[in-house]
Amino acid sequence: MDAYLGVDVGSVSTNLVVIDEDERVVCSLYRRTKGQPIKAVQDGLRELGGILDEPVEIKGAGTTGSARTLSGVICGADIVKNEITAHAIGAVHYDPEVKTILEIGGQDSKIILLRDGIVVDFAMNTVCAAGTGSFLDHQAARLGIPIEEFGDYALESSKGAQIAGRCTVFAESDMIHKQQVGYLVEDIIYGLCQALVRNYLNNLAKGKRIETPIVFQGGVAANAGIRRAFEESLEKEVRVPEHYGVMGAIGAAVLAKETVDDGRPTNFSGFEVADRDFKTSSFHCGGCSNNCEVIKIELEGDLLARWGGRCGKWELEEHPTVSLRGATPASATKQTM
Amino acid sequence: MRLATPHMGSLYDLLADLFSRMGVDYHDTPRTTERTVNLGVKYSPEFACLPLKITVGNFVEALETGADTLLMIGGIGPCRFGYYAEIQKRVLKEAGYGFDFITLEPPKVGWINFISTIKQMAPGCSVYSIYRHIRDCFRKAQVLDMLEKKWLELAAYDETPGDTTKAYAAAQEIVKRVTRPEELADAQHDAFSIMDGVRRDHDRKPLRIGIIGEFYLLLEPFFKFDIEPWLIKRGVSVDRGVYLTDWIGPTTKNPVAGMSAGEIEIAADPYLKHTVGGDGLASIGHAVHYAKEGFDGIVHLLPFTCMPDTIAKALLVNVSEDYGIPVLSMIVDEQTGKAGVHTRLEAFLDLMANRRRSWTRT
Repeated sequence: MDAYLGVDVGSVSTNLVVIDEDERVVCSLYRRTKGQPIKAVQDGLRELGGILDEPVEIKGAGTTGSARTLSGVICGADIVKNEITAHAIGAVHYDPEVKTILEIGGQDSKIILLRDGIVVDFAMNTVCAAGTGSFLDHQAARLGIPIEEFGDYALESSKGAQIAGRCTVFAESDMIHKQQVGYLVEDIIYGLCQALVRNYLNNLAKGKRIETPIVFQGGVAANAGIRRAFEESLEKEVRVPEHYGVMGAIGAAVLAKETVDDGRPTNFSGFEVADRDFKTSSFHCGGCSNNCEVIKIELEGDLLARWGGRCGKWELEEHPTVSLRGATPASATKQTM
Repeated sequence: MRLATPHMGSLYDLLADLFSRMGVDYHDTPRTTERTVNLGVKYSPEFACLPLKITVGNFVEALETGADTLLMIGGIGPCRFGYYAEIQKRVLKEAGYGFDFITLEPPKVGWINFISTIKQMAPGCSVYSIYRHIRDCFRKAQVLDMLEKKWLELAAYDETPGDTTKAYAAAQEIVKRVTRPEELADAQHDAFSIMDGVRRDHDRKPLRIGIIGEFYLLLEPFFKFDIEPWLIKRGVSVDRGVYLTDWIGPTTKNPVAGMSAGEIEIAADPYLKHTVGGDGLASIGHAVHYAKEGFDGIVHLLPFTCMPDTIAKALLVNVSEDYGIPVLSMIVDEQTGKAGVHTRLEAFLDLMANRRRSWTRT
């Protein structure tokens, strides 16, 4: 079977998706990055290789997420795309009519507005990470509730407690206070969901016209309490797609398919890359007062890529893709806009 | 007296030029780096805006490297900038530094005050020669600004990408070498010939982006995250609302950015009818101008907690809607990373390119 791989390496999770020729999701994987993007991608590819029912031939690969460049080098991506565009494409893949995408991930959140399948506006959190997955994780752990059940608690609530959601630190102290005066834990949890949604809408969605169909995706979409809070606050239906957690990876896979549409051979390194030895290291340039930190990545002694300087003098114009599959031509990884 | 000023992009070149002509012992303050940011953040109030923190960091590094007199520009109006000098003085005194501090109030506050402050720095110069030096340096800086504007606009049309950027570097050198006013016209001519000598494909239709926002972010390369060369590398034609000489002399007749204060007011009028300090009004005026000129998008940079441009940010939503032009507002503070800025810009380029494609389809 011909298939396309999408890889989304974010701050918290690493997601891999394989789609077939008809853009149907063949299998998907959601795992924690744990601060080691290379290992996460390698482990992910190994696991993916193991769970695919039938032998697939990867015809194209795409990467996205904050570690997209790094994972692009490792996978041999045909396209490296920012996560905003990738998420939009993932959502359009789910519902071509989508007009609003609410996306909340591990450490970032974004809103994307589309009209006729085209992104017309977006916003991504800048100076505040309040209300993203990491904070919910932390609060669930503090309350001793598994994060998977957090949302179900919220659905039990008849009326959320008032929680200050402007700042995570104050939200936490507010929650502790509410616990100590005897509020029900489900009301506190739902109150938190409402506070986070309020914060999201005030920060990101200010002045933006939120029209249906609305798709809610990203890891936090697993939380039914947040979805309920969105629906109550917007007074509109909010849909959560089946593959809500891996929409960026789906977008990357769809983009990879489009990229190799012209019949070009893929750069994909193959599932064997999981067992190769990649090394990253860094050094300070010292060439001028900027003293940039430059990152380099090597595969068993061969320099694959280098980046990080302000002036670009360390950047390799072409990534000498080390061919892992013998016959694959080593063309440059294309970093598109 | 060893005089130091904070950094703001090419402001240093202008002042170094001016002070060397006037015979002032001028200190080469280290350029803004990560260390400057850390020092500034350490000594400045937490909720102050970014430019204050960074300029405090510049002063600390200037004092560490041997400056003894600090020069800061004052200001009037509702933006906090006008009060920077006072805060800097206090913050640095509390940190235990010894120094003399000179606040140069803008000519708007009073010409006599302005000239006499400069005379205090350059006691050997007559008022007339001070005036002449300022005029000559300003004209030279204006030529450099015009070259920059041309580079931003035209690099996207290069037949061989990178040629305009190389020509720009050569052209700048020619103008920077000028020390006598009578040489400027020739240097200007030569510099522009170099810029015009690059082979370009004018049939190309590159994406066009207007960059607007708070002047410090727009002028200081450390906090612009190299977005201009970044965009140029991706084939985008760029224009900018703020240039150094426009900012220094807001009433000059031929502003480099192309819009006089009056034209800005007229353009902004449907959205904002009075000044709100800083560059709030200018941001709106330039945005409307770019929208009318058919630009593909607007990038708006503002420091976290900047009041004037926060007002502009809210109003830009309306400009965007009325003219159907996408606007990307980015709030910058000391935590802002380059990767995050480039991610948003990448997505913004996708957005603009897709919009164009959808027009041509219908």
